[in-house]
Amino acid sequence: MSATGLDPRPASVAHDPDEVIHTDQLTKVYPGDIKAVDALDLSVHRGEIFGLLGPNGAGKTTTAGMLTTRVIPTSGHALVGGVDVVRHPSAAKQVIGVVPQTNTLDRALTVWENLYFHGRFFGMNAKTSKGEATRLLEQFRLSERAQSPVLALSGGMAQRLMVARAIMHRPAILFLDEPTAGLDPQSRIALWDILGELHGDGQTILLTTHYMEEADELCDRLAIIDRGRLLALDTPAALKQSVGIDAMVTVTADGDLDQLARVLRDEIPNATTVEHADDVVRMGVRQIRGVLPKVVDAAERHGFTVSDLSSTEPTLETVFINLTGKDLRE
Amino acid sequence: MTTVTTTAPLPGVKELERSARKSTRTAFRALFLRDITVLRKSLKEFLPRTLLQPFLLVFIFTYVFPKIGQGVGGSGAAAAEFSTRLVAGVIGLSIMFQGIQSVALPMVQEFGYTREIEDRVLAPMPVSLVAIEKVISGAFNGLFAALLVFPIAAIVPATPVHLDINWPILLTLAPLACYMCGALGLTFGTRFDPRTVPMLFGIVVLPLTFLGAIYYSWSSLAPIPWLKVFVLLNPLVYMCEGFRAALTTSEHMSLWAVYPVMIGFSALFTWLGIAGFKKRVLS
Repeated sequence: MSATGLDPRPASVAHDPDEVIHTDQLTKVYPGDIKAVDALDLSVHRGEIFGLLGPNGAGKTTTAGMLTTRVIPTSGHALVGGVDVVRHPSAAKQVIGVVPQTNTLDRALTVWENLYFHGRFFGMNAKTSKGEATRLLEQFRLSERAQSPVLALSGGMAQRLMVARAIMHRPAILFLDEPTAGLDPQSRIALWDILGELHGDGQTILLTTHYMEEADELCDRLAIIDRGRLLALDTPAALKQSVGIDAMVTVTADGDLDQLARVLRDEIPNATTVEHADDVVRMGVRQIRGVLPKVVDAAERHGFTVSDLSSTEPTLETVFINLTGKDLRE
Repeated sequence: MTTVTTTAPLPGVKELERSARKSTRTAFRALFLRDITVLRKSLKEFLPRTLLQPFLLVFIFTYVFPKIGQGVGGSGAAAAEFSTRLVAGVIGLSIMFQGIQSVALPMVQEFGYTREIEDRVLAPMPVSLVAIEKVISGAFNGLFAALLVFPIAAIVPATPVHLDINWPILLTLAPLACYMCGALGLTFGTRFDPRTVPMLFGIVVLPLTFLGAIYYSWSSLAPIPWLKVFVLLNPLVYMCEGFRAALTTSEHMSLWAVYPVMIGFSALFTWLGIAGFKKRVLS
């Protein structure tokens, strides 16, 4: 793979056996000098659910692509299960399981055959592969559909079958790229349950998502990415704590909200950030106790009528806004 | 559930390469097994699409025309000579169509619409061998098609067909022709998309077949020298001429040209096909 311009290195460097993914300054530049991923250092530990959170176009899918041998890095290194993915892609493919964004099930085969042949691709003999295919269909509640063509499956079922396929060869790590994008709420929760079960059995999982609730709900640790760069990496709880506020207060009122924001900035000493956004005033607050009456009081003294007032704990959205100054959904 | 997540102690380079070679062999075999299973399951579609075209060709040119006195190639001995020549052409044509139908068209769909190929390239083997497997399974389909078409070409004509099979040539040429057409299918499959695929038939396949020495032998083009030279670009010419050598006593192009050029085309299409395949699946 000298064409990639990577430094020669031993195929496998000394690494922590509990580290399933290790990347070192991993970078992908697409033609036109588009830096999709910029010097990313990641470390994913055995048994954890690790999330890559960021808006569309942040570089999550490119990162997952490099770790799964589909995208060739421009520079840097990546070890998956101790195998250098660039130098030994065939060996790396033995230790990864991948659930891509789109349905890549084999349309020419039945549900059961999709699993059976996957087992064969990964070196199982006919008997083992038959047994495993049947067992997995039961585990993923797809047995009734065993002989159906895959085109007859609903989106949620197809997704379950792709997860079953991806774990069939017992990969050291399971990759899921935006696993619940396009799923209905019920299927989304069913998939979360499945991932929870796999996690309980010790499966290491890396998922990319732009849904903060999903990241919050599922992940042990999270990397927040924007424009190809790693902005923060920690547990969801620690990330939320890191913004240094106890609560996010949202004030809905009539009148000049820029003026209201200035008033609150002056009169609420606990407020860390106050801004007018989306027809409300949002305020990050340290020590929320006793703040809400003061907000109403200050607003009314300056002639504003508060029609709604709410306080929520900081979310990953707050973290993202704090890090980038913009909304995750933008 | 018994998900195993333990990774063995860090493997060395040699061990990695050995395990990759082993996994490549098994994955390659399994991919081929999958393709054979799909062929077996789709025989209902495979048979008509494979048999109808050669049947119609042979039926119209060598049964209907002689019967209605509109024989191609004259009457009597000349008509028989034409039927005999056409056997080779029809087999060549059927093999080429298999390359398109069993390799190029599915691949156009997989790249453009179903994205199934994205999962196939995650099989533990080099991406280039995933592409080669497609060629091999396409070649197998071609061989199967040739076997089915052979009886039609030999039996349907109204005039007697004089076959004189040269087994050493047939047994070497048929696999080579099937491989070449599989590789041609790979090249087409990676370079056309669902939007442009009608063009594949309109401006690539059509001239290839009409100028492919199917209905006439290459040497008979002597009165049109420029055409005789021009069609040398067409791989189908060498294939049909080769089959003429293998199956008949008709005049044919020298085998000293047929074999090397077919090997050359096979190598070229394999190279183009793998390059196109890699470009489509890796970034």
